Amino acid sequence: MSTTSDTQPRITSVEEVKAALGDRLVDSFHKDDLWLRVRTDAWKSSMRTLRDTLGFQYFCFLSAIDWMPSPYGRGEDDPTEPAPERDTTIRQGYAGGETRMQVFARVSNPVTHVSVVVKVDVPEDSLSIESIHDVFAGANWHERETHEMFGIAFDGHPDLRNMYLPIDFEGFPLRKDFPLLARMVKPWPGIVDVEPLPGDDAEVGGDE
Amino acid sequence: MSAILAEVPYWGQSLLRVLGGLVAVLLPAGTIVYVFLFKMMSFMQSRLGPMEAGPYGSMQLFAEVGKWLQKEDIVPDRADARIFKMAPVIVLLSTFLLVAVVPFGPDVWFTDFETGIFYALAVSSISVLGILIAGWSSANKYSLLGGLRAAGQLIAYELPMVLAVIGVVIQAGTMNLQKIVVAQNSGSMFGIDTFGHPYLISQFVGFIIFMIAIQAELTQAPFDMPIAESELVSGYMTEYSGFRFLIFFIGEFATAGVFAMIASVLFLGGWGIPFSWFGWTSIDSIDNWMNIVGPLIMLTKMMLLAFIIMWIRFSYPRLREDQLQRFAWKGLIPVALLNIAVTSILKVVF
Amino acid sequence: MSLTDRALGDRQQLSYIASQAADARLNVELETEGMTLNIGPQHPATHGTLRIIARLDGEQVVWAEPACGYMHRGYEKLTEVRTYPQVTTLVNRIDWLGSFANEVPFILAAEKLMEVEAPARAQHIRTILFELSRIANVSLFLGDLGVQLGAITPVFLAFRDREYVLNLIESATGGRFHPNFDRIGGLKDDLPAGWIDETRAVMKKLRGFCDQIEDLLFGNEIFQSRTRGIGVIPREVALQYGLSGANLRASGVDWDLRRDTQLPMAWNKADWKVWTHPDGDSFARCWIRLQETRESTKIVDQLLGSIPAGPVMAKVPKIIKVPEGEAWVSTENPLGEMGYYIVSRGDLGPFRVKIRSASFNNISITPWLLRGVYVPDIVTILASLYFILGDIDR
Repeated sequence: MSTTSDTQPRITSVEEVKAALGDRLVDSFHKDDLWLRVRTDAWKSSMRTLRDTLGFQYFCFLSAIDWMPSPYGRGEDDPTEPAPERDTTIRQGYAGGETRMQVFARVSNPVTHVSVVVKVDVPEDSLSIESIHDVFAGANWHERETHEMFGIAFDGHPDLRNMYLPIDFEGFPLRKDFPLLARMVKPWPGIVDVEPLPGDDAEVGGDE
Repeated sequence: MSAILAEVPYWGQSLLRVLGGLVAVLLPAGTIVYVFLFKMMSFMQSRLGPMEAGPYGSMQLFAEVGKWLQKEDIVPDRADARIFKMAPVIVLLSTFLLVAVVPFGPDVWFTDFETGIFYALAVSSISVLGILIAGWSSANKYSLLGGLRAAGQLIAYELPMVLAVIGVVIQAGTMNLQKIVVAQNSGSMFGIDTFGHPYLISQFVGFIIFMIAIQAELTQAPFDMPIAESELVSGYMTEYSGFRFLIFFIGEFATAGVFAMIASVLFLGGWGIPFSWFGWTSIDSIDNWMNIVGPLIMLTKMMLLAFIIMWIRFSYPRLREDQLQRFAWKGLIPVALLNIAVTSILKVVF
Repeated sequence: MSLTDRALGDRQQLSYIASQAADARLNVELETEGMTLNIGPQHPATHGTLRIIARLDGEQVVWAEPACGYMHRGYEKLTEVRTYPQVTTLVNRIDWLGSFANEVPFILAAEKLMEVEAPARAQHIRTILFELSRIANVSLFLGDLGVQLGAITPVFLAFRDREYVLNLIESATGGRFHPNFDRIGGLKDDLPAGWIDETRAVMKKLRGFCDQIEDLLFGNEIFQSRTRGIGVIPREVALQYGLSGANLRASGVDWDLRRDTQLPMAWNKADWKVWTHPDGDSFARCWIRLQETRESTKIVDQLLGSIPAGPVMAKVPKIIKVPEGEAWVSTENPLGEMGYYIVSRGDLGPFRVKIRSASFNNISITPWLLRGVYVPDIVTILASLYFILGDIDR
């Protein structure tokens, strides 16, 4: 949440932001916080505009979302049964989207304390996007982590090594089609623990 | 005392001297380790320290010695084995050589050189060699860094130590440590001879410089860059374990004790008490019981100075290497030179 | 690099030039190879398993780079298979020294999506426990600072006084290090009897501890000469790298998430001050943390006197399903700004959680910062930036 104490500057800032981005802005969503989606080829220039023109100098983080629902569910399937049917439609969240993967970043204005989440679609064929490390120096490490976890390439990044995983690790762990191996080996029983709320009688909890 | 000793055959005297040397080095080391390292540091840090081994943990040092002795003797694969094994011995060697000139009583001494303090300062530099070769031969980058830092630091702080001592030598008129003790205790300040003339008063600046230089020569904080536990793990001692580490450990505290003894000889009047208290006029007129009380007085004064050394060690953060060097070359040495100049002028004038 | 030209102060420029010169010496003049030193992963100076690969020319660093990941536990993947209450247990362990503070942004984000607000009493107690975890975390930092620089005594004082705070947290929540006390909609339990008076007494002791540390450590000339002017971070660089918490305020940016964002917590019910420092060097960062600890004790004192009566848990269903949406909440944790970006699909558990941890950004500045400094300064800078490995590696 990044609201200032009175609402007037916030609304003005929202309009300002939309005006400054012009036609690079594809979609936006405003509910307490401001979400923007920009055109893929205008990613870097949008971030530069945000930083220079609108004063969003503070770089909070950058990461990605994989919108495909996991084919493994929550790792609670009985391995002896056939796998259940699961919904595999890709539905994006706030500010829409057209691709399975989206990169999103959050930047803030240290003076007015307004923040904005900027999303961008990652093209499915090339799975790469411009690097913004020369706009926000802190993006360097965040892009490295996103690359190793999702497999998204960042053009122009000087050093796209693995940050957390070993050098010879195969696969991209945070993608939904990469299973959580611990749950593959030993599925979770799937019984929800229910704690008695303060003041209630103790009840032992039920099933889903 | 000499009369009793004259009846002992030569080999007996040598044996007594060896035993005396061992006691003179190891007893202060053990006492300093227990009283200051185990207990005083613990109380300063609001904890109790070792309490299990012996009453109030007094046997802890023996327990630790036993523990280290029974550990495996590890020599790193790529280390230069012969030199690696030699290094701790060299460090401890210099301590034993150093204690040979310290007088403990009017007749209780190992050697009585005319150039006592000169010999002491020369021999104390041998430990620098030991530290250097420990750092180099360990085949470990941390040890190397520690050894190189030690080289710079120990050589830099030798000079203020020597210069501070020169003031004392000028005042006493001799380099013989026994005669320096006598000069302090039989002298008088402004005509009042109740306290003798400890050079602590007249050579106060020299005393401060000498204590700082000792702190650095012992690589104690704030001058413990060569060890620098939070950066270099253990500096030049990183690869040592078991018996060899024990020698380094004992050497560190033994040298602290011996340096404190030398400082008390130079500045506090050594084993002596002011001669005027008992009406003694020269060293020959001292009663024989002083040969027993003298070493005890020496021990007390040594503990006092060791207390100061350890107290500073447990309180201060460490200086960075370049700040350390700057402090020695640009701070201590000019002050020490000034001290010598003023002392010599005053000595001639008065 | 345009960054260096634009944003450097004098000292940083000098150290950059020094590192270039050292590089040149290495490659051209002496034809000796510089030494590559691995500091860590097992090392007394790093708060955990961090590895710094430093290329040295004698005692000067030519370049240094952290290699993290030794403690990576895959939190973001783990949250996708857990239900919301189960994630709280997981999330405690990110910053393990101030663990209650890790739960709070996650719970607040989930509550935001459910449009549930915890009752006033719960908000109050949450804030008090949050500040207690900050005091526990930072008092260890103050002691540890001494050890990194060679003063071995303050750390014992820090641990001794921190025990009181941990005992308080244990008596309220049942866990010293991992309370796991926050629930969506409020807290698990109410406070035990006598807790308020005990906390007041402990806060007084902590203030005494802060004074002791200020005397013993910060007033020491050697400490000052080791930390002043070391590791200067200019304002623009700090903002670009996303530094937060005391690190950012030490570079002169007046920004505290407790004051500047509106969260359903009780910080605005107490009267307190945000500390900043213009220098941006290691001393400033350490000094600000000391002042903030004192300020936290004052916040706790004020809040203790005004806890409203009422329930500690709002009416939430037994089995929690968070409606579809995305939410971000970040709070001013002891280490900096910690936030959770929750993407929910109306399930029992989150669809994706992005954990924004403060230390990750704080450490990302070290390749830029550690050029041309001496080896002891590496330790000073890391100590003043203050990170927890669990926070970097998640």
